[in-house]
Amino acid sequence: MSSPETSPYKGTEAADHGPARHNEWPLWEIFIRGQHGLSHRHVGSLHAPDAEMAIKNARDVYTRRNEGVSIWAVEADNIAASSPEEKGSLYEPSNAKVYRHPTFFDIPDEVGAM
Amino acid sequence: MYAQMIKSTGEGVKSLEDMDPDERAFQERINAGGKIEPKDWMPDGYRKTLIRQIGQHAHSEIVGQLPEGNWITRAPTLERKAILLAKVQDEAGHGLYLYCAAETLGVSRDQLTRDLLSGKMKYSSIFNYPTLTWADMGAVGWLVDGAAIMNQVPLQRTSYGPYARAMVRICKEESFHQRQGYDIMMKMAQGTEAQRKMAQDALNRFWYPSLMMFGPSDAESVHSAQSMAWKIKVNTNDELRQKFVDQTVPQAHYLGLTVPDDDLKFNEETGHWDFSQPDWNEFFDVLKGNGPCNVERLEARNKAWDDGRWVREGLLAHAAKKKATHLAAE
Repeated sequence: MSSPETSPYKGTEAADHGPARHNEWPLWEIFIRGQHGLSHRHVGSLHAPDAEMAIKNARDVYTRRNEGVSIWAVEADNIAASSPEEKGSLYEPSNAKVYRHPTFFDIPDEVGAM
Repeated sequence: MYAQMIKSTGEGVKSLEDMDPDERAFQERINAGGKIEPKDWMPDGYRKTLIRQIGQHAHSEIVGQLPEGNWITRAPTLERKAILLAKVQDEAGHGLYLYCAAETLGVSRDQLTRDLLSGKMKYSSIFNYPTLTWADMGAVGWLVDGAAIMNQVPLQRTSYGPYARAMVRICKEESFHQRQGYDIMMKMAQGTEAQRKMAQDALNRFWYPSLMMFGPSDAESVHSAQSMAWKIKVNTNDELRQKFVDQTVPQAHYLGLTVPDDDLKFNEETGHWDFSQPDWNEFFDVLKGNGPCNVERLEARNKAWDDGRWVREGLLAHAAKKKATHLAAE
């Protein structure tokens, strides 16, 4: 049985199950902004020796078919992520505030669209 | 398939009642159609089986570049050459999407590469067959990529999030591969008598190896049952093989080519094509390393890895030097 270890081994978002890495290119997470004005979106990761090469590699790996107009590359080590166990404490308060959703309020039909 | 004969725990599927609370919550989430993400709790067997499966799939994409790379310099026209280059580049990309998914399970790409180069990990049996003529580029795209699509489309719904997302990207690109292959076959089948013969010969040689891609019948396999319970396998090998035959036979007829199987006939009762099984002894032999090109393929990958060492190390040294200069300037 394995556990949800939170200690990511250098450069990945997963638990440490492999041997230590030597001389490996670091891992970069890649974000692409598409043509239609949406924000950058995570598309995957790749290995590259530095930021410049990470962007070049991202172009070859993730934008072979006009997928984007802008690339962000972030070294995976520099990403802080919430962990699954925090799901309750992080998101509970918003679940309790149902009045934040417009459907909480009943508006009579006569008023029309609102 | 691109991942063949993947072993899971070998213990058979536990009932929900026999599972400890973590495992039960995990299985119930999968049963409800939920996705498992890298930081979520997962049984060791799930993690290990997925690393084997995704790793083998990735290796297949990478080694799969070799039989087609063989024809890049000999493509009959500049257009065919550009298309083939783009296709082979896609295969490299597919390998990288998959390594990236495997890495979220805690194994590194370099480790997986080392296991491929040492022969510890396998790749699909199909890539141990040679590509002897230009028509083989047609047959590979049409049949091999066609068989791959059969397996990969349902895997878009697999339970492991990063794997499913890699599959979505791959499937989008894969239909270009199959169509360019069929396009080559149409040209050849409608060409001169010599070209038509070449197309028929390519179909003759690739038909049974393509059927082998799905792996032997696994209806009784405990590994397969566990993988299906975990939703890292969605259909049995026989289901996918039947689907592939049903789809491909009419396409062969359209080309005016003959499927090399005397017992092939449409079964009115079942609504499916009845067909002969490939020679499974040949399949196991190829997996063991005795196929026509096993040695050549592994040698090519080892050579590429060794020849690339100075580039990998040089770029790392350059990056370290730049970083040091940058820090000193601050």
